[in-house]
Amino acid sequence: MRRNTGSHRSTAVVLAAVAALGAGLLSGCADDGDDGSAGSSGGGDSNGKTVVTVGTYGVMGFKQAGLYDEYTKLHPDIKIKESVIDPASNYYPQLLTHLGSGSGLADIQAVEVGNINEVTTTQADKFVDLSKADGVKKENFLGWKWSQATAKDGKTIGLGTDVGPMAICYRKDLFQQAGLPADRDAVSELWAGDWRKYLEAGKDYAKKAPGGAAFLDSAGGLFNAAVSGSSEVYYDKSGKPIYKDSPAVKEAWKLATDASAAKLSAGLQEFTKPWQQALANGKFATASCPAWMLGQIKEYAGDKYKGKWDVAAAPKPANWGGSFLSVPQVAKNKDEAVKLATWLTAPEQQAKLFEKQASFPSAQAAYDLPQVADAKLPYFNNAPIGKIFSQAAKASPTQVLGPKDAVIKQNFTDVGLLQVEQQGKSADEGWKAAIKTNDNALDQ
Amino acid sequence: MTAPSGFTPDTAAPPAGQGGAAPRTATAPAPDPAEQRRRDRRSRRYRWDVRWSPYAFVAPFFVFFAAFGLFPLLYTGWASLHQVELTDPTHMEWAGWHNFSRLWEDEFFWKALRNTFTIGVISTVPQLMMALGIAHLLNYRLRASMFFRVAILTPYATSVAAATLVFALLFGHDYGMVNWSLGLVGLDGIDWQNGTWTSQIAVSTIVIWRWTGYNALIYLAAMQAVPNDLYESAALDGASRWKQFLHVTVPSLRPTILFTVVVSTIGATQLFGEPLLFNTAGTATGGADHQYQTLGLYMYEQGWVNLHLGRASAIAWTMFLILLLIAAANALFARRLRKSQ
Repeated sequence: MRRNTGSHRSTAVVLAAVAALGAGLLSGCADDGDDGSAGSSGGGDSNGKTVVTVGTYGVMGFKQAGLYDEYTKLHPDIKIKESVIDPASNYYPQLLTHLGSGSGLADIQAVEVGNINEVTTTQADKFVDLSKADGVKKENFLGWKWSQATAKDGKTIGLGTDVGPMAICYRKDLFQQAGLPADRDAVSELWAGDWRKYLEAGKDYAKKAPGGAAFLDSAGGLFNAAVSGSSEVYYDKSGKPIYKDSPAVKEAWKLATDASAAKLSAGLQEFTKPWQQALANGKFATASCPAWMLGQIKEYAGDKYKGKWDVAAAPKPANWGGSFLSVPQVAKNKDEAVKLATWLTAPEQQAKLFEKQASFPSAQAAYDLPQVADAKLPYFNNAPIGKIFSQAAKASPTQVLGPKDAVIKQNFTDVGLLQVEQQGKSADEGWKAAIKTNDNALDQ
Repeated sequence: MTAPSGFTPDTAAPPAGQGGAAPRTATAPAPDPAEQRRRDRRSRRYRWDVRWSPYAFVAPFFVFFAAFGLFPLLYTGWASLHQVELTDPTHMEWAGWHNFSRLWEDEFFWKALRNTFTIGVISTVPQLMMALGIAHLLNYRLRASMFFRVAILTPYATSVAAATLVFALLFGHDYGMVNWSLGLVGLDGIDWQNGTWTSQIAVSTIVIWRWTGYNALIYLAAMQAVPNDLYESAALDGASRWKQFLHVTVPSLRPTILFTVVVSTIGATQLFGEPLLFNTAGTATGGADHQYQTLGLYMYEQGWVNLHLGRASAIAWTMFLILLLIAAANALFARRLRKSQ
């Protein structure tokens, strides 16, 4: 008898699974937007809790910093489920297709700064206006960060999480051996105000170049760092692409190719395996360091170089990278999602995220909180990173973003500068190749 | 197949047990009309069942093919005639043949086509020749032959991603094992990523490593079907092992070789995963100078990095047409071959 009911049940389970699969296939293209009206009842789990889903690329650190646990303790009727698609280049096309079909979206979706303009200009109607949400204070955020996710009609579709204020990470021990000042204030003073001075310091360094270590890791990194300090880079204020004539791009290009020609660069492509191996083997003395870069250096350089790295101010304040949280209109638990996104991006939570994950807050209100203001990193010789990055973040210009920022930037570094550094092409040939690739990428 | 509906007592063979006479239903007592209708209905249902059930059984394949094969093909064709962006896929603007005609003057497309061809040649030709040689060796009486047969098939069972990531490490410039071994014999390290030929050879190596065993097994199966008498008579005529291979094995394998050439060519035309992952930065450019960007990679870059769905669709259809051309050339070649035999 028991066996019988058992097999009946399993038949029923199979049938249910088949039906669910079939329904899933059929509804794949259907608009399930009306689920939104069902409100919190739509995503309830068996315990009657509301499940809020969060879609991110890579590690955003909310979970690691314990923020989800804290929130569910404050709101016992909520459960949070995070789904991660890695890397961002795979995440973004999927987000676009889901937005287009109005299905498959998480309640909260993260957006990277390189894509935020495209999302804000072409998809704003598909997102909730977060500026009107309870508890969101515009003045808490950095002005430029706020405006990056704000559409022309004043609708703000993304709340800033972290930003990438710029510093320079350097090997204190190598600087000493090369006869350069090694103290972080003196090093900051060495190149204060001008990226050219950074190159001059590099030339002094190269005369001795202890242990055969190059001055900097890559021309691409220098290019990104220098270009990120200007307000108009690849697009002008009217939204026209100006990457061919932009003074900021030309200046950064000259700087990067000069560094390469003077053999100051190790000629690596950042974030690749060879770059990681070079970090582990101490093959370069400095790197452009947005806040999020600290974690990379710490991870790949390893214990061997603990205390030998230090952080100095960048020649000019700049911002490279950062993310936003947004809530799609068709989110199943729209109200709960807005509440969670607001809470996660509030200054207190951003400060906690910085303390645990070194993601630098985009909420300037967080900079005076002790977790940020007094932050020091032992790995980087106890550098006061809270102070260094707060100053850079406050002084960073409001950048004009464009829809194809991510692609254009990548073509300049991974096509143009890589041809110069790794294939022995001239600066002029590299420039032409980068422009041609960008023209082709933007041409519809 | 005989249609069951045509099965009537007139055309059927008479049942043997009844002395050759067809059952005389007419003399049987007439059943009441309700019973008759029920019988009719039942036999009608039976006929329908026999006639339509097979279609119902094969329907899932066609439904899935229509949903996941035919529809994407037609939709891609339609999209290729429009300007359409991934940021707004429902908004299509008619562009006519523009997406196709622009490919003529698109130097990135021609470069990708050329790369696809050269990588295809330097991966397919050595691969098939090595497969033939390995199959010939495995065809000898060997100890533990089963072990060798399984062993040569293992690369095929490895995922492209895993294999390619390992090979990208092996071909690393400063810390790669290939350059390290070159250094042992006193040669300079080669920049496998950045040279045109070196990078294409490196990508081909991954393809060769993965597919040689698969082709070898196909050849081996075909070799075992070659009649032994041929070898015996060749041996009687004094042909050496090598001569036997050239004049007996290879001609007998011709159709099989043709088959593997076609399959490998199709595979080479669609090459995608290896060149994508060989780039350690994970971008779709196929190297700084696009030196190993294949057509598949270029299509991916246009569609999913630059978000131009219309252009990507046009590239996809061009690839499809190229494959049709290859298939036609092959059919022609095969017919010639059959006639010459």
